[in-house]
Amino acid sequence: MNRLHTILILATAFVAVFFEAWFDGFRNVLGAQIDFLPALMVYAGVTGGYFTMVLAAGCGGLWFDSLSANPLGASVLPLLLIGLLAHWGRELFSSEHPAAQFFLGTMASALQPLAVLFVLLNLGTLPLLGWKSIWQWVVMAVGGGLFTPVCFALFSRFHQAFDYQPIHETTFRPDREIKRGRA
Amino acid sequence: MLKKPHYIILVLVVLLVIVLLKLPSETMGKVKLAISGLFLPLFGLTGSVHQLTNRATESVTTKEQLARQNEYLRRENEELKIQLQQDAAMTNENARLRGLVGWPRQTRWQVKLGRVIARDPANWWRSVEIDLGTRDGVKSNYPVLTSEGLVGRIQSAGQTRSQVILLGSPDLRVAALVLPGGETGVINAGASSPQENNMVDLDYLSGGSQVRPGYNVVTWGAGGVFPAGIVIGKVVDVHVKEYGLAVEARVKLAADLSALQEVWVMTP
Repeated sequence: MNRLHTILILATAFVAVFFEAWFDGFRNVLGAQIDFLPALMVYAGVTGGYFTMVLAAGCGGLWFDSLSANPLGASVLPLLLIGLLAHWGRELFSSEHPAAQFFLGTMASALQPLAVLFVLLNLGTLPLLGWKSIWQWVVMAVGGGLFTPVCFALFSRFHQAFDYQPIHETTFRPDREIKRGRA
Repeated sequence: MLKKPHYIILVLVVLLVIVLLKLPSETMGKVKLAISGLFLPLFGLTGSVHQLTNRATESVTTKEQLARQNEYLRRENEELKIQLQQDAAMTNENARLRGLVGWPRQTRWQVKLGRVIARDPANWWRSVEIDLGTRDGVKSNYPVLTSEGLVGRIQSAGQTRSQVILLGSPDLRVAALVLPGGETGVINAGASSPQENNMVDLDYLSGGSQVRPGYNVVTWGAGGVFPAGIVIGKVVDVHVKEYGLAVEARVKLAADLSALQEVWVMTP
């Protein structure tokens, strides 16, 4: 994987965190904000190298916590866990199919809030939880799941636009060309 | 599976996270503001777009609408001037009586207008970021309100931005006074707070409490963070707890926390 891949993933994580803090639409309509970072970690884990995945988890988690009332670093380990699981299992998943991507994204987006809550409760901080939190969890899981195929498609377009495309060898060989007429 | 350098990086990241999580809250607040400073260009950009949109909207407002708005504001201004004269007389009387009794004089708070630039991206907290910081004289624990009522307090203040923790957050408790009656209690994040953004609980009311739905709740002034008399909201319903030993009330906040655009920060 080249550096562009890493830069693109980090840039997307940065914009995703900003968007979550700035855009109120999902919160006003669905009652919960959708987190895009788990979907991004699935993508980074499946397609990126190990260092890219660790960097995405570290930067994404710290950026997220800096705009939130979470203790700084609380989101890093859950994101890292998702990235590691995706990285280890990348040869087992058929991650080219949108349905598989949706499934992986949903699982990751469902796991991430639970893991963050586990970290928060272990730190002795009590977040605001109630019956609505279950609905918020479902919205986050499904929203993250829906974003995952979009994320894969988006990065595929990015790479088409920015990467050097491999030159395919053709079957044409000049020494085997049939010359017509007299030599 | 993982190679040796991979394990080393993993251990380093985990150690770094543990160090960050164990930072003292003040240092953590400063580090958070420093990291979130990276988003400033994007927030500036969205702010400029917002201003441009407002200007574009203003430019298409008809003269008739502007004249009507002007008339309404002029009338409101006149009313406020009369109220201010009455308040000034009462303030003088209050200061004179305090002087007679020998109580210290109350200091008048200043207010500064701030714009909400970001909301907490996590669903389990209630906090916002505003574009006022230490440069504007804002410090930690200063009260934040709208014209409707109390909103919260400054959690941490950076040079140009501050994080505001909102009412209903588990970390924010406010000493409150119920009017009429003058009973006191504590505003807390209630059981219904996650469901309803504008609901909080009023705890620690006495067993024989006479608090009824519709009563007003204002800040009491105990604790030194919030000055007395800021509107918090109205009592919606009252429940008896602990076999009649304690009473708990649900309070609907006067300020709409889900639609905060601009807030006032009180500075001494």
